[in-house]
Amino acid sequence: MEPGEIHALLGENGAGKSTLMNVLYGLYQPDEGEILVDGKPLKLKGPSDAIGAGIGMVHQHFMLVPVFTVAENIMLGAEQVRGGIAGFLDRRRARREVTEVSERYNLRVDPDAVIEDLPVGIQQRVEIVKALTRDVDLLILDEPTAVLTPQETEELLTVMRSLKAAGKSIVFITHKLGEVKAIADRITVIRRGKTVGTASPDASRDELAALMVGRNVRLTVDKAPATPGEPVLEVTGLVVDDDRQIRAVDGVDLTVRAGEVLGVAGVQGNGQTELIEAIMGLRPVLAGTVSLVGDRIDGWKPKKVLRAGVGYVPEDRSVDGLIKEFSVAENLVLDIYDRPPFGAGLALKPDAIAASAKERIEQFDVRTSSADASVGTLSGGNQQKVIVARELSRPLKLFIAAQPTRGVDVGSIEFIHSQIIRERDIGTAVMVVSSELDEVIGLADRIAVMYRGRIIGIVGPDTPREEIGLLMAGISPDVAHERNTDAVPGDGPATDGSPASGPGSASEDEA
Amino acid sequence: MTNPPTPQSGSPDKEPVSEAQAAQNALGNTERAEVATKPGGSASTPEPEQKPSLGRLFMDNLWAANTFTVTLLSLVLAIVVGAVLMIISDPAVLSTYSYITSRPSDAITSSWTLVSEAYANLFKGSVFDPEAFSGWLNGTGSWQAVLAPISETLTYAAPLVFTGLSVALAFRGGLFNIGAQGQATIGVIMAALAGFLLPLPPGLHLLVAVLAGALGGAIWGFIPGILKARAGAHEVINTIMLNYVATYFLTWLIVQNGVQDPNRTDAISKAVDTSAQLPRLLGDNLRVHAGILLAVLATWAVAWLLNRSTLGFELRAVGANPDAARTAGISVTRTYILIMVFAGILAGLGGSNMVLGSTASALTPLVVAQIGFDGILVALLGRVKPWGVLLAALLFGALQAGGNRMQSYSGISLELVTVLQALIVIFIAAPALVKAIFQLRAARAARLQTSLAKGW
Repeated sequence: MEPGEIHALLGENGAGKSTLMNVLYGLYQPDEGEILVDGKPLKLKGPSDAIGAGIGMVHQHFMLVPVFTVAENIMLGAEQVRGGIAGFLDRRRARREVTEVSERYNLRVDPDAVIEDLPVGIQQRVEIVKALTRDVDLLILDEPTAVLTPQETEELLTVMRSLKAAGKSIVFITHKLGEVKAIADRITVIRRGKTVGTASPDASRDELAALMVGRNVRLTVDKAPATPGEPVLEVTGLVVDDDRQIRAVDGVDLTVRAGEVLGVAGVQGNGQTELIEAIMGLRPVLAGTVSLVGDRIDGWKPKKVLRAGVGYVPEDRSVDGLIKEFSVAENLVLDIYDRPPFGAGLALKPDAIAASAKERIEQFDVRTSSADASVGTLSGGNQQKVIVARELSRPLKLFIAAQPTRGVDVGSIEFIHSQIIRERDIGTAVMVVSSELDEVIGLADRIAVMYRGRIIGIVGPDTPREEIGLLMAGISPDVAHERNTDAVPGDGPATDGSPASGPGSASEDEA
Repeated sequence: MTNPPTPQSGSPDKEPVSEAQAAQNALGNTERAEVATKPGGSASTPEPEQKPSLGRLFMDNLWAANTFTVTLLSLVLAIVVGAVLMIISDPAVLSTYSYITSRPSDAITSSWTLVSEAYANLFKGSVFDPEAFSGWLNGTGSWQAVLAPISETLTYAAPLVFTGLSVALAFRGGLFNIGAQGQATIGVIMAALAGFLLPLPPGLHLLVAVLAGALGGAIWGFIPGILKARAGAHEVINTIMLNYVATYFLTWLIVQNGVQDPNRTDAISKAVDTSAQLPRLLGDNLRVHAGILLAVLATWAVAWLLNRSTLGFELRAVGANPDAARTAGISVTRTYILIMVFAGILAGLGGSNMVLGSTASALTPLVVAQIGFDGILVALLGRVKPWGVLLAALLFGALQAGGNRMQSYSGISLELVTVLQALIVIFIAAPALVKAIFQLRAARAARLQTSLAKGW
């Protein structure tokens, strides 16, 4: 890192970016290797050491007290007191500092505004101001744009430029190519915990995309050509909001046929999660329809959707997929516990559950000491196998797998992939959502690329990955256009996401 | 213990949330390894699923969780601190400490006499009185006198089993039911009203009165349940507030026409008809009544519900991970409502015990005593497991019963019992403290978590 440089750290989810930065900020201890600041090795025992060494960090999830004012949050941890032993908080001084810093770097924040009233973009600005008041030279921004609307992102980039002009160095962690090209001076790409390349911002998007998703570990999946049958899942004009009431899925049309794998590729956070959650009935459908073999299933409860023959591997297994305190056997019946043979009326049938668990554990090669072991004691790969085993152990019409192999060891990846293909071959419609391009290419018979809540293109699996990379970055090349069946024009940053950011500027003025 | 490293503990991509969890994992593995080695070479023969009996569950608790040791040590610590308090609060004994350097034997003897007699009376009043036993053998005493301590213990324990189960059940579903007191209060009101207003034949009358109590509790549990499910209102706040509503409703109701005893001017209601009272188990001289049998039945029912029913599966799933439960198609809101209704039913039954049993036969403002709040302690002490709750309630019942005798024979205030109860719970809630005092091994203590610390 050099003074006044913006260094982008690029990599997929789970590539190790955040871990690296947490080490740099003193939150984790390195197992080996060392950190050099101004040529000297640095031993960081905690964040306060890091702040002392001039390193500041803005976390992806803000570390702010929502009911405190901006000034109070900024002085938190470095409270100025006056009045000797009485120890009055010197709010005036804190306020002055806030004003000073925000003027110096052109970061407008009202020191008296209460955090919870502020929009996310401004909260982030408060975090930056907080770091700057601690006199840092190096600022780490951990996926700062993940939570921002496009407008807020633009503002953030402006702020970063002015910080750079003031001689601060910035490490900018992201997986969005556009932003990197717009702002970074130097780009380091990390993949599976290793630096796989350094690039200049002049590098083309597909070069970066290729580096990011990697091509050296190409996982090949043996499979016969698909024999697509009748459409099983039909999605038309689907509109879904995310948790912050911001449009996440904006008019998606999709069809998945029996006996084929539709891969949904795209950089994380372009609406894939919300799309499948809406199909599963976990998220309200605002407009459009979802049909399963002709039946409208939008508005159904999750249980009814599951009962209709939909298998679902959720994206985050530890949050949505498993109950860690429950045993392997219990997790294997988590969504069929009340159906025969596992439940009759109000009673559970422990014998049936245990027998089925034994069978599944063998069939899906789940490495566990016993079926009664709590699932939290298993490795990530085996936990994922438990979910896959559960979902594939009942007759399905549609199988939706989101990030089916995230954080899973290579052996388990191959096994899970082969199970997915096996399910396809018995005539189930399969939808695989993954941010690992290799995975999508390996599994899918057709690939739909999502970008900003829309399907920007649907291509075949033999499409050059550069082309898919471009689509993932929001660019539809001419070639892709020709192949697209129902392509949405992808050059629309001006229109995309604009309904989302309404409250941003307005409440900023109020505050 | 010779445990080969299990494959799980070495996997690089395991994601232990914390050190504690990692230790827990490691511990879990070693334990399972032990279990696995037990059957010897016959591991291939599938072991039939054993029906968990009371004894088996007790042994499981003893073996699987080190919680038993900590519970026991907490008891010991509480008794030690209680002894110190007795000494401090007794001026005669305390005065011997002023000349302890010259005659230490005085201080030690008098302290020992005081403390040992007090705890002996606690024991005699709650479990077994050797003098009564020898009296019975000599023919000077009756067998009732021998069973009197146990009878008292069971009488005090019965309502606590219900309220303890109420809190424990809700907690397993991820809800903190502070409202057992209010639910018991509404339960006691409904049971008493049914008990003296309805002219029903014996048997049926009792059944109706008990069910009325359960219904009252169910209503009072349903309110915070639906508020939580539909409006997201925190159940802790709402149940606390409903406790007040219930208490003052009872105070108001007692002095209304038709409820108040016409022969009395103070706040007491008519007495419950004898046809609606729970039968005494050991004759009229001993207070133990059928409530304790109902309590055991309820414990079994809750244990079955939690571990062997689809509803219990949903309840535990929602309690452990509502997100995963929802994703698996379980209706979290419906489960929250059901949990609170069931918790209310249990607390309401506990309330019914207070007026249909032998503790009191009429409503007074204090008729429910503290059973709802004590239920929280009982649930915590019982580690929110049904049979654990039963044992904890028996302990609390014994402390109550023994405390009475301790007060009349040793002159130790009954409040000391309350202090003892509080101390036990404090030590249990702070396993790290007990661990430090007794130098328990870290790996074992790592899996001890404060049972009720979650949910805030």
